[in-house]
Amino acid sequence: MENNNFDYKSIPGWGMDIDEKNEPTYPMKNYTGDDHKRSDYEKPLQQPVDIELLKSTERPAYSAVFGTSSPPSGLSGMIRRYAFEHSEDRYRHWIPLILADRVNAWEGIIDDLKKGIIPNIPAERGWKAELKYNPGGLVKKVVLTAVIGAVLLSYFKRKK
Amino acid sequence: MLAMNYRGPFRVRAEQRPMPEILHPEDAIVRVTRTCICGSDLHLYHGMVPDTRVGSTFGHEFTGIIEEIGPLVTNVKIGDQVLVPFNIACGRCNFCKQGLYGNCHESNSMATAVGGIFGYSHTAGGFNGGQAEYVRVPYANTGPTVIPPDMDPDNAVLLTDVVPTGYQAAEMGGIKEGDTVVVFGAGPIGIMAARCAWFFGPARVIIIDHIDYRLEFAKNYAKCEAYNFRSMEDPVVFLKKITDWYGADVCIDCVGCEAEGNALQTFTGKMTLMQAGAATALQWAINSVKKGGIVSVVGVYGPPFNYIPIGNVLNKGITLRANQASVKRLLPKLIEHVQAGRLDPKGLITHRIPLEEIAEAYHIFSAKLDECIKTVLIPSTKP
Repeated sequence: MENNNFDYKSIPGWGMDIDEKNEPTYPMKNYTGDDHKRSDYEKPLQQPVDIELLKSTERPAYSAVFGTSSPPSGLSGMIRRYAFEHSEDRYRHWIPLILADRVNAWEGIIDDLKKGIIPNIPAERGWKAELKYNPGGLVKKVVLTAVIGAVLLSYFKRKK
Repeated sequence: MLAMNYRGPFRVRAEQRPMPEILHPEDAIVRVTRTCICGSDLHLYHGMVPDTRVGSTFGHEFTGIIEEIGPLVTNVKIGDQVLVPFNIACGRCNFCKQGLYGNCHESNSMATAVGGIFGYSHTAGGFNGGQAEYVRVPYANTGPTVIPPDMDPDNAVLLTDVVPTGYQAAEMGGIKEGDTVVVFGAGPIGIMAARCAWFFGPARVIIIDHIDYRLEFAKNYAKCEAYNFRSMEDPVVFLKKITDWYGADVCIDCVGCEAEGNALQTFTGKMTLMQAGAATALQWAINSVKKGGIVSVVGVYGPPFNYIPIGNVLNKGITLRANQASVKRLLPKLIEHVQAGRLDPKGLITHRIPLEEIAEAYHIFSAKLDECIKTVLIPSTKP
């Protein structure tokens, strides 16, 4: 974007130390000067936006193509919509998204149950492979989980 | 169709999902023949990447056969066997035009810091990935590359990410003849980076990790020195010592956000998420490189921030170079390297597992069971 307010090329010494070799992005980037056109480039056709698509506040428009997997929904969706009110520079964007992911995992279980599916969580966690390749490790995990569970249970029982 | 379905941290399953559809005139639908689990998929699997939604299908390393094309697709045709770069790139924005296909501006509405990537959360565009029998491939005129007829399909699938990322890791190091290069991480990317570093003429390539079977594999595959940091009092001091107290010329971080080795980084980054994962490898890379050296970063770090010794970057005059690999830019050269027998990507594959057993496959890779280095998933639709 040209600075139209003044003739910057008239600043004494403008451009006299240009060094073509000083291009630290070589060879990963083929410097063409196109960056100076900023957002002025031939845009692909726009994919129809027919789902709820959250957009970063750091861009003015949707990208020409986008993924359609799992649009925001439920409580996690509400949290995600809040997150996208804030820029990528802010913790208020990323921490709520991580929280939404955790909430979403529980929503997924509830969703499964609503559809009559009882999620086989040990299978989803790959415990078959653990049993095959590291049976001792699996036993340790199960015992540890049972002990922690028992301790917590007895603590809360005593509190009552 | 059968596809991976993410259900929450450490939980995935293979189940019947709707077939993908053409949603844009430049889309193609690819029937997947090979798909891999990447080390960076584990960051998704472990719940470390923000906006990873239940119901997503992961998978950014895949090959397949073009089954359907949109009306504006001209560079590939139905029946072509293609390898698909993990970057989704339009080929027209000012980033793509300059070879930065991993930084495309027209493939991700949700984060300007990341270009579109197949199956890598909504932070990378919300696209379903290739750990499935079929996948929607946007911008089919730009990304998909016809596989040479005499190329082993196992080599082809590793050209979608592992080989280009390892190669670019070395390339970004600006390695000169006679240099000493230290690679952090002996996973598939680190091993490939160590192997590819030799293309740039160094005198020494050193790899650092904490898993003995991976270090042994790296020594043989990449012909490099390999050291276990668990046997060291201080890895930075060790590396200074073995480089004549000067530091390495180039350090390459191939670990990313789930590094081991530093209690404070682990506590703040992995246990409490006060930072976006543990940046131990990057910290060691910065502190181990010589003054005026180059640190190359391909290890994946998510948003938002990480604690790294930026003061040492300043005071040592370090050049930091990082990016997602620009696969399309590198493919012609890398295909030539593979066809000429200089690179053996399929030598990294240790496990071939049916797509139906994806939950076990993820656990094997995550827990590093059975001396796993690289897992390829085979859909039943494979010819």
